[in-house]
Amino acid sequence: MASKAVLTGTHFMNGDEACAEGALAAGCRFFGGYPITPATEVAERMSRRLPQLGGIYIQMEDEIASMASLLGASWGGQKAMTSTSGPGFSLMMENLGLGIITETPCVVCNVQRGGPSTGLPTLVGQADMMQARWGSHGHYEIIALCPSSPQEMFDFTIRAFNLSEQFRTPVLIMADEVVGHMNERVVIPAEDTIELVERKRPTCAPEAFLPFRPEADGVAPMACFGDGYRVHITGLTHAENGYPAMEAGAHERMLNALVNKIKMNRDTIISYDTEYLDDAEIVLVAYGISVRSARRAIRAGREQGLKLGLVKLNTVWPFPEEFIRDLAGRVRALVMPEINLGQMVLELERCAGGRCPVRLVGHAGGAIIRPAAILNVINDLVKEAV
Amino acid sequence: MKFWRTPLDAEKIHIRRGTVTIIEERCKGCEFCIEYCPRSVLAMSNAFNVKGYHFPVIEAAECCVSCHFCEALCPEFAIFVTEPPEEA
Amino acid sequence: MNQPATAPCLQHPQEELLRSDRIPHIWCSGCGIGTVFSCVLAAVRKTGLPLDDVAMVSGIGCTGRMAGYIKVDSYHTTHGRAIPFATGLKLARPQGAVLVASGDGDLIAIGGNHFIHAARRNIDMTVICVNNLNYGMTGGQQAPSTPFGAKTTTSPTGSPEEPFDFCQLATACGAVYVSRWTSIHIRRLTESLTKAILKPGFSFVEVLAACPTAFGRRNRMREALDMVKFFHERSVIKNNIDPREFPLDFKGPLVVGEFIDRERPTFTDSYALVHSSQLGEWPDLERQKPAAG
Repeated sequence: MASKAVLTGTHFMNGDEACAEGALAAGCRFFGGYPITPATEVAERMSRRLPQLGGIYIQMEDEIASMASLLGASWGGQKAMTSTSGPGFSLMMENLGLGIITETPCVVCNVQRGGPSTGLPTLVGQADMMQARWGSHGHYEIIALCPSSPQEMFDFTIRAFNLSEQFRTPVLIMADEVVGHMNERVVIPAEDTIELVERKRPTCAPEAFLPFRPEADGVAPMACFGDGYRVHITGLTHAENGYPAMEAGAHERMLNALVNKIKMNRDTIISYDTEYLDDAEIVLVAYGISVRSARRAIRAGREQGLKLGLVKLNTVWPFPEEFIRDLAGRVRALVMPEINLGQMVLELERCAGGRCPVRLVGHAGGAIIRPAAILNVINDLVKEAV
Repeated sequence: MKFWRTPLDAEKIHIRRGTVTIIEERCKGCEFCIEYCPRSVLAMSNAFNVKGYHFPVIEAAECCVSCHFCEALCPEFAIFVTEPPEEA
Repeated sequence: MNQPATAPCLQHPQEELLRSDRIPHIWCSGCGIGTVFSCVLAAVRKTGLPLDDVAMVSGIGCTGRMAGYIKVDSYHTTHGRAIPFATGLKLARPQGAVLVASGDGDLIAIGGNHFIHAARRNIDMTVICVNNLNYGMTGGQQAPSTPFGAKTTTSPTGSPEEPFDFCQLATACGAVYVSRWTSIHIRRLTESLTKAILKPGFSFVEVLAACPTAFGRRNRMREALDMVKFFHERSVIKNNIDPREFPLDFKGPLVVGEFIDRERPTFTDSYALVHSSQLGEWPDLERQKPAAG
């Protein structure tokens, strides 16, 4: 009987459920979660499906515990994930940092809602983007993917697990309430067509193994609990042998290794799609549900003869800096619709480097951005340029 | 051994003997071993180790009955007892 | 014979489980954690478990450094979060034993929520709490273990709060094995730890330990031996008692011993049961272990 992990076929499901199915298809067999609107459906689906596959669903006592349990499960050899929203995401920050410094593969899906604080639990927001980048304390790199449809909730969750295993790092899925709760067609491919990545395991003798010595790709093999390497893993700054090393030189070495691991692999990690760029004069750069608003605005604008194009950010962090810098030199303006009052637009503007005007089409939260609002900004831009 | 009379089974009972080894550089001078050795084998020396701690020195080696209490109590893994091989 | 540092010191019986390249360790002269750590190593060896199947998780604080000195898979996690980390570790790889070793502040203050839930769920782990009555690492602040009226750097005229009785707390939350010793009861502590590690379910071992540098100094027990003697003279061993009847009270006798040793299905047992067809309908259902096979 075909394994029940991959429900090959065409489905009609919401984004949260598609995220859960993507995780199962990716080999996730541990979910430590805490309910929070609008991410609860991911947990509910996992609590039903994981036991069918010999996996573990556990309802932890809070999001701090959920994040800690992921890291433990990952060091126990499992692919592990959790899903949350703003308030829980905030609670997970410290242990996200533990996952980063100990180089622990795991996936956190943040189905964003209106914030700050309790905010709009049942309504959409995209205002956790800078928290995704810098939410934990200290300097680090992070990988964050942004699905814009239930299909991408499935596909990007698989990619998130592959990236987390390949680069031994927590990977964030920065979804939002609309993508999470909308129902659309989700096509799940045949199991053998889904390419999965497993973390590198050490092969050398235990005495010779340095758990934090990166190989050529910047990633060290991972010796999990019971593999016989008896490694020490610590949240303290540590040397390549894993032992705490409390001095600036060791910190310099360790932190640069952590940051370079992501930076040197940017080309593998960064992913974006472009539409109509060949003749576009004004380009919309969007992520998540705002991609849908942008597409509608582009269609309407093109009917009015406006030459509009789209850049869809599949990965938000690391940000496609070089591509945007080059693009900014070839277009009249960049416009970013996002459901906050200006976050990713700051990064867009930084990377454009003044080579073209950059405009935000912002929204405080609670509703997706209306295409008409985008067109107003574009028309203002066009008027200014005349 | 101080007895107020010779025990009736004095020849039959074999009293174990132990050799105490002190790893001076690990000692932090807490004196637990000296205080709790039931046979008062140890005493504090006035020598210093590299960290500036006094460490115990064996004062009455022959009294050690290899109870290993010093070894088990030591917080620094700085002392242990080995039994000499059984004489013929 | 005194052994100079250069001589191979590998014969120390605990060497096999010790990260000797990191000794001497960080704990102060006379601190109780070293002794407890020695008992933990002896107990791990006594269990006979293959060392590849033993893991230690610790949090932040003096005792939190214990994971860094034991030569098994060991994880030094964030403050208060050793237990949920250990929960994930254990459930992802049920084989073997997961030990959590941390201090009173880490486990019961910031980690309190995780402590009570792991005990309630009866996750199969052994929690070793070295209780030195204050936050030692940060210099001696008041903790939920600090006795009423005891002086710390943040209760300079005496703590205005009653501490938790950890053993009552663990018992009330569902722990299946609960014992308390002091750092002088090394043989009984080692036996108790061995039993706790081998017992399925949430086992809790509290060890009152001297903290001469931070706590003892401010409470008329400056020398480590002062506090160890205090424990030695004051403690009374009572096994198989209900800890509620003998609350920890430093004026009177210090009741130590093996208080609770009971059976409860572990989280893993219950997880298997509820996902099998044998679970009846609430509320008329039994908690028996799932039938084998």
